[in-house]
Amino acid sequence: MAAKTVLNYLPRESVIHKLTGTTKLAFFLLFTFASMLTYNTWVLLGLFAVSLAAFKLSKIKFREVRFMMIFMLVFLVLNNLFIFLFDPNQGTTLYGTRHVLFHLFWRYDLTAEQLFYMVNISLKYFVALPVAILFISATNPSEFAASLNSIGISYKVGYSVAIALRYIPDIQRDYHSISQAQQARGVELGKNEHFFARLKNSVNILLPLILTSLNRIDTISNAMELRGFGKDKKRTWYMKRPFEKRDFVAIGVGVLLLAVSLTVTIRWGRFYNPFV
Amino acid sequence: MKNNNSIKTVVAIGIGAALFFVLGRFVAIPSPVPNTNISLQYAVLGLLAAMYGPVAGCLIGFIGHTLIDLSWGGSPWWSWVIASAVVGIVVGLFAKKLQVQEGDFGKGKVVIFTIANVIAHALSWILVAPALDILIYAEPVNKVFAQGAFAAISNAITGIVVGGLLILAYTKTIAKKGSLDQE
Repeated sequence: MAAKTVLNYLPRESVIHKLTGTTKLAFFLLFTFASMLTYNTWVLLGLFAVSLAAFKLSKIKFREVRFMMIFMLVFLVLNNLFIFLFDPNQGTTLYGTRHVLFHLFWRYDLTAEQLFYMVNISLKYFVALPVAILFISATNPSEFAASLNSIGISYKVGYSVAIALRYIPDIQRDYHSISQAQQARGVELGKNEHFFARLKNSVNILLPLILTSLNRIDTISNAMELRGFGKDKKRTWYMKRPFEKRDFVAIGVGVLLLAVSLTVTIRWGRFYNPFV
Repeated sequence: MKNNNSIKTVVAIGIGAALFFVLGRFVAIPSPVPNTNISLQYAVLGLLAAMYGPVAGCLIGFIGHTLIDLSWGGSPWWSWVIASAVVGIVVGLFAKKLQVQEGDFGKGKVVIFTIANVIAHALSWILVAPALDILIYAEPVNKVFAQGAFAAISNAITGIVVGGLLILAYTKTIAKKGSLDQE
């Protein structure tokens, strides 16, 4: 239960790290929307190239983020499996043709359309992966609240996020000690207990956690009130950095990618169809 | 006075999202269905939404779920993130009726809380999440609805049983209005 695994910031000397947090947040959002919008294989491949290039620039090594990659792969395989089990003809529904490669069993035929669809859905997920990993590992958490505020989100929400990031390790520690203490007193959460008994036992752990958290809410909000939080409409941030040329370039690229994805989707539809 | 409440909401959102994250990310209590876990975070989301209202509920669900997805290292699965936010909003809409902070959680309020949870989880997992899955990820219809139905049932049970017990235990720690007797 190491607290540092939460949001894994890896400081480096790289162009990506030097970009302001605002730029990284804006680029991440633009990129996510661009990849969410389209199902066009070529656009996705283009986005994937950009995403990998950015990852290369960041000087973060693949080895350091292997854990996330493996987790994503497992998720992807499971998701594809479920898609196939539930609807082996989704590809045919989407692309309108049916080329059976071979028959598996019962209602399950392996069709070229289904394979192509599942390749696309995997690609769609992989496209966003390097950018998401970069966003987590190249953004200084302390800068995050300032970034949220400068893309136009109320600073109060930014502050909430900052508080969440700040208190995750504390709450994790609380949870750990409470659950150990309760288990020492015989509160069982494993498979030996009946399901509803398990639910009831979890209350024994959650209640102290909630009560300490509510106390914490009181303490923090009193401290913030004493310092006059929320008095003005705006606030300044210690961690905020001014924009430089590279920030405008990065945001420009993000806007361009979204524009390409949007135009392709509007002009040629969401799916690239090689079957007709 | 009003100002203090808004600060409290800001802090409650932060701490609530942290709780949501810790419970959703590190706590694995097995459910009866193999390889799935009880999502205790929805019990806490229900409780905090019932205490601090729809805005807090919405943001706790949204921020907490986004952080969970990010910490697993992928881009957030937005359809389910939004569904979590909807759970917070719907339960939060009943906050005025529940008045948890008054320290009374009688039969009538238990019924309201149950109804709130059933509506919230049905709406988000059977309507919002699958609809967005189809819209954003073009996933097969029967797959997303099967997933959604399972999530709705398990999260609603957790929300009602654990969330209800939590509120009950919490209200007992508060001195009720007019609980002093003259001797």
